[in-house]
Amino acid sequence: MLFSPVAMHIPDGFLSVLLSIGLWIISIAIVAYALRRVGKDLGERQMPLMGLLAAGIFAGQMLNFTVIGGTSGHLMGAAIAMILMGPWAAILIMTSVVSIQALVFQDGGLLVLGANIFNMAIVGVTVAYMAYRTVIMIAGKKKVGVLVAGFIAAWLSIEITALSVAIQLAISNTSPANLAIPAMAGVHALIGIGEGLITVGALAFFLSTRPDLLQLSETPQVGSKMVWLVGLLVALTLVIASPLASTNPDGLEWVATQYGFLGSAQEPLYRILPDYLFPGISNQTLATIVAGILGIVIVFGVSLGVAYTRRNRQTSGG
Amino acid sequence: MHIHFLDPYQGGSSPIHRTDPRVKFVLTLAFILTTALIPVGAWPIYILLITIIISGIILSSVGIIYVMKRAVLAFPFMLAALPLVFTTPGLPLFSLNIGAWEITMTLAGVERFISIALKSWISVQAAILLTATTPFPDLMVAMRAVRIPRLIVAIFGLMWRYLFVLADEALRLIRARVARSGDSGITGFNSGGNFSWRARIAGGMAGNLFVRSLERSDRIYVAMLSRGYDGEMRSMPLPEMKVSNWIALIVGGMILSLLVILSFLVGG
Amino acid sequence: MHHSIEIEGLSFAYPDGQEALQDVSLVIQPGEKVALVGPNGAGKSTLILHLNGILSGNGRVRVCGLEVEKENFGRVRAMVGLVFQSPDDQLFSPRVFDDVAYGPLYQGLPQQTVKERVAESLAAVAMDDYAQRVSHHLSMGEKKRIAIATVLSMKPEVLVLDEPTAGLDPRARRSLINLLHELPLTMLASTHDMLLVKELFPRMVVLDQGQVVADGPTDDLMDDKPLLEAHGLERPY
Repeated sequence: MLFSPVAMHIPDGFLSVLLSIGLWIISIAIVAYALRRVGKDLGERQMPLMGLLAAGIFAGQMLNFTVIGGTSGHLMGAAIAMILMGPWAAILIMTSVVSIQALVFQDGGLLVLGANIFNMAIVGVTVAYMAYRTVIMIAGKKKVGVLVAGFIAAWLSIEITALSVAIQLAISNTSPANLAIPAMAGVHALIGIGEGLITVGALAFFLSTRPDLLQLSETPQVGSKMVWLVGLLVALTLVIASPLASTNPDGLEWVATQYGFLGSAQEPLYRILPDYLFPGISNQTLATIVAGILGIVIVFGVSLGVAYTRRNRQTSGG
Repeated sequence: MHIHFLDPYQGGSSPIHRTDPRVKFVLTLAFILTTALIPVGAWPIYILLITIIISGIILSSVGIIYVMKRAVLAFPFMLAALPLVFTTPGLPLFSLNIGAWEITMTLAGVERFISIALKSWISVQAAILLTATTPFPDLMVAMRAVRIPRLIVAIFGLMWRYLFVLADEALRLIRARVARSGDSGITGFNSGGNFSWRARIAGGMAGNLFVRSLERSDRIYVAMLSRGYDGEMRSMPLPEMKVSNWIALIVGGMILSLLVILSFLVGG
Repeated sequence: MHHSIEIEGLSFAYPDGQEALQDVSLVIQPGEKVALVGPNGAGKSTLILHLNGILSGNGRVRVCGLEVEKENFGRVRAMVGLVFQSPDDQLFSPRVFDDVAYGPLYQGLPQQTVKERVAESLAAVAMDDYAQRVSHHLSMGEKKRIAIATVLSMKPEVLVLDEPTAGLDPRARRSLINLLHELPLTMLASTHDMLLVKELFPRMVVLDQGQVVADGPTDDLMDDKPLLEAHGLERPY
């Protein structure tokens, strides 16, 4: 019985081995650093705190709300974890959640766990951090500011993570870029709204119940500017690269070939539609739009499929 | 009401259950890596891999049905790879006319899609077999053995311990909400509220869970301090690795490497 | 005039095979106050969850004349107010007002009605001034009352309570008993508190291992020492 958001946990077999290992190395390095930082900040309290919050987020992902008809929305939690605990602790917490989901519940693969950690724990948290601090700077630390910042941070954490997943699938030649990227971006733009609203609801709860928990008066930690910058860079890179990749898949493939992700003996990929469809109208744009719609349908199908199999798993008792 | 079914461990005393968890853990990861390395056309090797994993499942007495039911989880994601069938250039198999467009299914595309689907399906079975035959505390031993930092393993352990408690609480929150989600029966008053309200209610429930998690962690911390905790993660030393374990690891590794080499000779 | 609760031959087993209820039958008339007693694991909580469709077993369950089945869940939940054992698991909104307003809000009632309902429910549990308080910070006794208010605001016909006095100190308990005494609703309470049963509930149903082993006037059953002992119960006086 698992209730994490749709289509973010990549299973084994979907990413190239080289990419998987590369992302493992990056994730291990960042998580190792996070461990040292949190150890310094929280000391011995960190273990029960991280463990319980990770369990809380995991359980929190089970809380659903009806979107339309039979579909439900759920929480991912990177933004909330970040707002509650700061970026480094949030990275550790989300790493724990994602790891246990993969290890014990097969929600996400093991070889690709490094990639899933990178996407949901690292990208999700750094982007949320960047967005949150930026909006707070603009909107102020009062209640309204916190809620707006929380919404935007949550929405971005979902959207950018989705883009990250899409690009990894494209680089691995598992999903064509001009389908995967608009599809993931489109569907998760909607899912992100749900995440944003849940985050707002949770923040409202904290503000009235335990406002002390929200580090509103937190002085910027050493190195947090670094996190902010990284978050911004990641977000910008993905946001700029994605439309480029999807409308110019040859470019992406060229990059992939250069870095050895694809065999050099392969022909150009990703040509879904011929070049000469409607005279005068750019077929690239049309193709992307249609591909995006098609892709959205597919991702939606994936979501329903996942939800359906999970519900079946629950009722049959595992 | 307890969420028993969250724990994937299925008790038993099969040879697989009795294998050292460290061996199982490493071999499972190696197996998944092997599967990932197999190139597209090496069908005989895929078949070999499937036979290996199914033999493992049978040997473990966990039940094929149990494993297959859980393996279904990987299927929906395969839709994401489906477009490959049409976009990979190669020998055309079959063309579809959709409106003004013609999309062509190619042999290479079908092969690629099937190979991704197989890799995914085989890997997930291996992971299920591991967790069905290895209780979580043993998995933690395996994690420590492969040098995952003790702090992380300790966090996992605490998370595991309280996962079920908190999942129970989440379930009760949902039940309490359901019990108050009624229909007035008066025409004109539509029940359910709107999407934004429902999402925020779910958020409040999540906030409730988190605050309780935090406060509970305080109580646990006090209990730990009372038993002498000083921040250092101390645990029982890992049991000795028997010679048979090393043999299993080496033989397993050799077989898997052989499979990878064969696969490049056979297909690709 | 319909029965408030009518259960006929209800059996239920959990997905893992554990038999929780076996052929349970029970009829409760409007206005009755009935206590459900039995040892832990008898199936009391399981039975309660069938009353608003959270669980579904074999057999018939009718509430206020309506069959408890999928198409009636909405109406049933508006008519049967279920108050669970742990208030922390039921107060999930930031403020008391929001939690008490959830029921009427969900039903789509107009704003003014919602406000009136909240005021009435809080008054009924003698917590008139608590609307803007934060649920999380209240004492156990206060939380239990608010939990009852969250259900009263739906104006149910039947009130079902799971362990109402558990975890309360003597003063809070006395206060709750007085409150329950005042409420004119049909009531079913699952409880270990035999003194509560003696004081408030003229009729007692004993459940053990998923079966109804006794159903009658509290005064009579309380005198039946062998019966009580056989099912893990004790006379409180």
